[in-house]
Amino acid sequence: MSLPRLFTWRKAFIAVLGASAFGGVHTQAAEDLARRMAACITCHGRDGQATNSDYFPRLAGKPAGYLYNQLRSFRDGRRQQADMSYLLANLSDAYLHEMAHHFASLDFPYPPPAASDLAPATLARGRELVRSGDATRGIPACVRCHGEALTGVQPGIPSLVGLPRLYIASQLGAWVTGDRRAMAPDCMADVGRRLDSHDIIAIAGWLAAQPVPTGAKRATSLPSGPPVACSAMEAHQ
Amino acid sequence: MSARRVLLRTVLGLGLAVALLVGMGVALNRRGEDQVPKTATPFVAAPGQVERGRYLALAGNCAGCHTARGGEPYAGGRSIDTPFGSIFTSNLTPDPITGIGLWNADHFWRAMHNGRSRDGRLLYPAFPYTSFTQMTREDADAIYAWLRTLPPVARANQAHTLGFPYDTQVALAVWRALFFTPGRFEPQPQRSAEWNRGAYLVGGLGHCVECHGSRNSLGATDTARGFVGGMLPGESWYAPALDAAAEAGVAAWPVEEVVTLLKTGRTARASVLGPMAEVVFRSTQHLSDADLRAIATYLQALPPAAQAPSVTPVRRRENVMLRGEKIYAQQCAWCHGERGEGVLDVFPPLAGNRAVNMHNASNLVQVVRRGGFLPATEGNPRPYGMPPFGHLLDDQELAAVLSYVRGSWGNTGAEVTLREMMQR
Repeated sequence: MSLPRLFTWRKAFIAVLGASAFGGVHTQAAEDLARRMAACITCHGRDGQATNSDYFPRLAGKPAGYLYNQLRSFRDGRRQQADMSYLLANLSDAYLHEMAHHFASLDFPYPPPAASDLAPATLARGRELVRSGDATRGIPACVRCHGEALTGVQPGIPSLVGLPRLYIASQLGAWVTGDRRAMAPDCMADVGRRLDSHDIIAIAGWLAAQPVPTGAKRATSLPSGPPVACSAMEAHQ
Repeated sequence: MSARRVLLRTVLGLGLAVALLVGMGVALNRRGEDQVPKTATPFVAAPGQVERGRYLALAGNCAGCHTARGGEPYAGGRSIDTPFGSIFTSNLTPDPITGIGLWNADHFWRAMHNGRSRDGRLLYPAFPYTSFTQMTREDADAIYAWLRTLPPVARANQAHTLGFPYDTQVALAVWRALFFTPGRFEPQPQRSAEWNRGAYLVGGLGHCVECHGSRNSLGATDTARGFVGGMLPGESWYAPALDAAAEAGVAAWPVEEVVTLLKTGRTARASVLGPMAEVVFRSTQHLSDADLRAIATYLQALPPAAQAPSVTPVRRRENVMLRGEKIYAQQCAWCHGERGEGVLDVFPPLAGNRAVNMHNASNLVQVVRRGGFLPATEGNPRPYGMPPFGHLLDDQELAAVLSYVRGSWGNTGAEVTLREMMQR
């Protein structure tokens, strides 16, 4: 018996990509780009929505300038992740720019955070560092730059909520050791150096336990401007 | 004859033999070398020479090795991993202290042609002077002229980390005496000018044999055997044979398709990933159509490798195939199609794909584990990419799915064993 093959994996794939990515408004161009980004799926999930991997960060909805800077940093050695460096080694700035804008344009609700198993005192310390910093040690509050809602600021400051705890902790650790860098002026390197492992456990634990409100948007600017010079806030083409 | 005299004679004899060997080694290491004049005439670039040098440096992909990731172009610092240790590439910018600012054109020629540095030290053949020796003086001078126009970068060269005895000049002298002869490209008058240009580019500046040739246990390429394919030193990639229809041979292709592959990184039936993606990205995409056609003409005329004897039917273990089929349906069929048919110009077909069926499965293992994007080129500026699966599938699963792909839809590749996976 042979039935016409109406269903194929490929059609399903394209349909899912199209429908999920663009909420029904799937233009041919966006669909095409989603297929070109197939290489990102096994770590960052479909449409950069993240997987349940406990580590790999979500890409969807991050500020385009931030994503573009990170893509170039992986390619050019300012961030150390062997898989990312390898994947991006032979790609152009123009293409990375397009990728960044693609993922930045995607918008999905966030899943609720996993319950934290950290002691309440640790979480409280994390909250304190995030919201108020530690003036005696020169640690500024995270909200100062990442926005009052911690959902990031255009064009180049990332959201700190909606990320796996392990990912946040490992990034903060990489700032401490200098394994993660940004273009000069590298504001976060200066902040990162002041953190110790207790701070990192507390900050990452508290941040990862925060729900991201539906419809949360990145701030378009910082009310009082960035406190220090920072390459993340510089103009991007 | 007293025992003392026997001893004396033996010592004398041995001493003489050693002196003779050293003399031979020195002579072999200096053969074909021009004297570097004590007072070099100041170098003035001829009109067009710098631009020509810039182009030739692209053809030789000098910046590919002489630039660290994210570093200043030509300032060196990239590590070249070999079975003997790591070599760190040198600073080619005209900085007088850390670069080659004090080199004159004769020094540069001697490095390219004879593999000796300005200070007289022998250079490691990770710098492929074994190929560059075929270049003309004119081309070497043009590259020198181009390098002198770069902004000087103060970046001191990093010491190599080679094991003993490979870290000694004596070992290098012995290696060179055995395996290096300075040469010159000899045009073959019975061949076309195009073929000769291709032979010059492939054999000299392009140094293709450094990856696509075979190497002996001391790391020397076997130029007599030609482009028979080989594992990249210190890496898990296999550079396929350029003379074999079953690997990367292009004798049966239209010449334009070879040009397209080198210019854009893909054609309807082939694409480049891994180290060759870098070669296309940094080097061949920048070459003129005329030079690419010359390279294609030369590659198409390579004497074909003897056909591999028809293989005995490949053993397929049913449980491996079933396991592989299941993984394929879950992870691969989305893009590559239920029957390995792919999507034209988007996702490559796996059925009948030469890279899938190749005897050496190393590249497949690399591609499935690490994924990869084709290079972004002017002709293919927004390439498609393959995701990495190394973190999702363990070695046993990868072996099963690769075995399934190599044994389905008319494919003829042998099973990929768990042991092979662990070696790669």
